[in-house]
Amino acid sequence: MNINEIIDILSYPFMIRAIIVGILVSFCAALLGVILVLKRYALIGHGLSDVGFAALSLATAIGVSPIYIATPIVIFASFIIMYISQSKKINGDIAIGIFSTGALSFGVIITAFSRGFNMDVYSYMFGSILAMNRTDLFVSLFLSVIVIFVFILFYNRLFIISSDENFARAIGINIRFYQFLISLLTAVTVAVGMRMMGTLLISSLIIFPAFIAKKLVRSFKYLVILSALFSIFCFVFGLIASLIFDLPTGAGIVLVNIIVLFLCSVINYLLCIRKVEP
Amino acid sequence: MCLINIKELNVTYRVGYKTIFVLKDINLDVKSGEYVCIIGNNGAGKSTLIKAILGLEPIFRGEIKINCSKNDISYLPQNNGISLDFPATVEELVLSGTQSTSNKFKIPFYNKKNKIQAGIAMDKAGIKSLAKRRFGELSGGQQQRALFARAIVKCPKILILDEPCTGLDHDTAENFYELLSCVNSSDKTTIIMISHDLSAVKKFASKVVILNGELKFCGSVAEWEKYNFCACGGNL
Repeated sequence: MNINEIIDILSYPFMIRAIIVGILVSFCAALLGVILVLKRYALIGHGLSDVGFAALSLATAIGVSPIYIATPIVIFASFIIMYISQSKKINGDIAIGIFSTGALSFGVIITAFSRGFNMDVYSYMFGSILAMNRTDLFVSLFLSVIVIFVFILFYNRLFIISSDENFARAIGINIRFYQFLISLLTAVTVAVGMRMMGTLLISSLIIFPAFIAKKLVRSFKYLVILSALFSIFCFVFGLIASLIFDLPTGAGIVLVNIIVLFLCSVINYLLCIRKVEP
Repeated sequence: MCLINIKELNVTYRVGYKTIFVLKDINLDVKSGEYVCIIGNNGAGKSTLIKAILGLEPIFRGEIKINCSKNDISYLPQNNGISLDFPATVEELVLSGTQSTSNKFKIPFYNKKNKIQAGIAMDKAGIKSLAKRRFGELSGGQQQRALFARAIVKCPKILILDEPCTGLDHDTAENFYELLSCVNSSDKTTIIMISHDLSAVKKFASKVVILNGELKFCGSVAEWEKYNFCACGGNL
């Protein structure tokens, strides 16, 4: 496939829709990922996407547009996961493990009962660029604006909560409110992004950019900026890679993320060596 | 003026079906400008007491009256509050201490005044030159100073510290205590500190509290020395 063919494909309306939604979702996921990675809640996205898979299977089985069913179910699940994670008796990772495997098996059972393991479900699991219609575009545009707005509005509060929760609580900040806010926004981002990225791979959008950027920065502000840039960069190049090599979109994006992670680790290592040498 | 008034305070933990009293019937007054040191063995309930004062620990029975707003209280947690790989500069951390919760409808952005306050606090703590450095890169003493700057940035009326010098060498700890004493005397900040460093307690405290699940002793340093002398049967 040469460059002209790629440009041709990129100019199709479905491609433009996918690119806009993808950039918005990657951007939101990177912002939330910063908080989730630092607070060690990174797997929440994964748990939620499995719940999303169950919701998508249910939507397909009863023939309703997936985004209307998946969004409320994923939001509800995110609240329950966050609530259970707060409990001192159960670890957060156990709560997520139980939810994700439970939801996955529930989704597979629904699929088995309805039409068997068909192509639709395969594209849900690993992502498809064709999944975006006009409604999805407007819904994701609207939701992304809310996520970005809330993140900017509460940026300083999110910083203090992720840096030192006890201090934040001591000066009277309502930690629980922000924890639920983050899980709500994550749920929305996962619900919007999972059809393009695939339910099994959407959590990579949350985890990779923040983790890559963390290797290169010394301040929180630059962590947020850099992870947003990495996220958009990896999305665009992943999308192009998936077109060239005919891969599922989500897999292509994860592949580019892994390459960038490797390169940044090497840069970080070289910088450390230079620092040590006098 | 009495800033903190603790009456018949009981704090419990539940272990299975059992209720264990961590603090039992504590009565304590802290006056404005006092330098209170809380001492006691591990598990004596020191951290629980200050967490109860800060509202981080639910109270089983009794009451804690604090005669100032929650925004006038600041806290320096033990030196494990922030993960060392957390990417934040010293300046970002200190600025975060200026956040206030008094006006729920105010957007939590920093203004020019907050930035000046952060500059003054870093100056007081002697870490202005480290402002742009990453917190995790600093030495133990410098990290403690950065957290101290964050705690005093709002010029709080009450500053609560939980074993601030654990893991610091003698000289660094001594410097830190001098800094604390300076804030106590010049800014009239009331200090409540948990400490295992008895020589520092002797040198700086105006009130000593000994805890052992219950309030064993509460009084001035001179009274404490007398109490110690009597407790040892005069064999000190």
